[in-house]
Amino acid sequence: MKLPPVEYEAPTTVAEAIDLLAEHLDEASVLAGGQSLIPLLALRLARPMVLIDINGIDELSGVSAVGGRVTIGAMTRDYVAEVSEAVANTVPLLAAALPLIGHEAIRSRGTIGGSLAHADPAAELPAVARALDAEFVVRGPSGERVIPAAQWFEGYLTTSRRPDELLLEVRLPAARRGTGISFQEVARRHGDFAIVGLAVSLVVSGEVISDARLAFAGMSHVPVRAAAAEDLLVGERPSAELFDEAARRATDDLDPPADLHGSSDYRKMVAAAMVRRGLRAAADNARERQ
Amino acid sequence: MVDITLRVNGATRTGSPEARKTLADFLRDDLNLTGTHIGCEHGVCGACTVIVDGRAVRSCLMLAVQAAGSEVTTIEGLAPDGGLGTLQQAMWDSHSFQCGFCTPGFVMQAAAFLGDHPDADEQQIREALSGNICRCTGYQSIIDGVLLAAERNREQ
Repeated sequence: MKLPPVEYEAPTTVAEAIDLLAEHLDEASVLAGGQSLIPLLALRLARPMVLIDINGIDELSGVSAVGGRVTIGAMTRDYVAEVSEAVANTVPLLAAALPLIGHEAIRSRGTIGGSLAHADPAAELPAVARALDAEFVVRGPSGERVIPAAQWFEGYLTTSRRPDELLLEVRLPAARRGTGISFQEVARRHGDFAIVGLAVSLVVSGEVISDARLAFAGMSHVPVRAAAAEDLLVGERPSAELFDEAARRATDDLDPPADLHGSSDYRKMVAAAMVRRGLRAAADNARERQ
Repeated sequence: MVDITLRVNGATRTGSPEARKTLADFLRDDLNLTGTHIGCEHGVCGACTVIVDGRAVRSCLMLAVQAAGSEVTTIEGLAPDGGLGTLQQAMWDSHSFQCGFCTPGFVMQAAAFLGDHPDADEQQIREALSGNICRCTGYQSIIDGVLLAAERNREQ
């Protein structure tokens, strides 16, 4: 369908954008890449009075790797991050997830901040952010806040960003030595939303797993960590038996949604298989990178 | 209404679209470039794919006002002299279309991809075109056409 009538603002600075957000609050939607918001408008699932288009705010774009972490501006487009050496060298889990986002033409426009602020629980980037304990930097009329990923995703398409705040950037920790990663996804067609997705990051030091991070996409109303599996893995040597047990624990207390793509039970079965596969791939990856 | 100026297929164009008007509708209704087709109108089918500043984008997921200052190439701009470009000829030779509705989107996506990946193999081409939907051909002839174009480009 055609988009409904909507007012349009195109600020060129963060300060102007925040003024506009403070003025319009809940009646405004921030337009970044538009690859989720425009369909929501077309389908009348979102009806903002005002679009605040942040595409003209240059200071919101860019990738920088400084001091053990990578900082990605909210308006950085997916394809820019996809070809970024800083991302590839320091946050391999993000680099693995980026090519799985939508299709090539979607990544031409889609942005890192847009996907994370849209907070679709089936999307790739929220799972990566949750797995790596990313930090979200937002600014509003009363100043800046840094929000950890565990508090950022509040519910389905809902974050802890206040209506008068703008997401400026996301910070991701650089992968430590001995890190192995894997991003697993099952979708009916490559590029479609995952039925289940899984971000895995392991640190293997001296044959023993010293850090384990697993975050699911598509298994809940927010991206979720498999804490019980993580606890099991830390301190152990990678093995098929260990990964089988991790798969059981990872999915035990989950109650994933059912839809026409799969029942709740089906999602749990896929998720368990994915944990085994993802852990194996991440452990192999850690060995290769040592 | 917002006044915009952009380059379309090498020519400077101006317009005053409503903010809510997509680039797809602007190209078709305001600039009379009806080669860009609109299928699903919410970013799923890929029929409206055009090239903006060198990248394939879905023109139904971009507002016309956001294209101000950009360089846009549509299907009409691929072979400005009225003939067929290498990609179009190769797709013609491979019977890469049937009803033709999805064709402009496939051609623009393939053009953008081959521009960046002249040595692409079949798997990469399948991946690059995976966001475009065709309900007639079964895709094989489309892939064949793009592969043939890549081959002819390399021979030139």
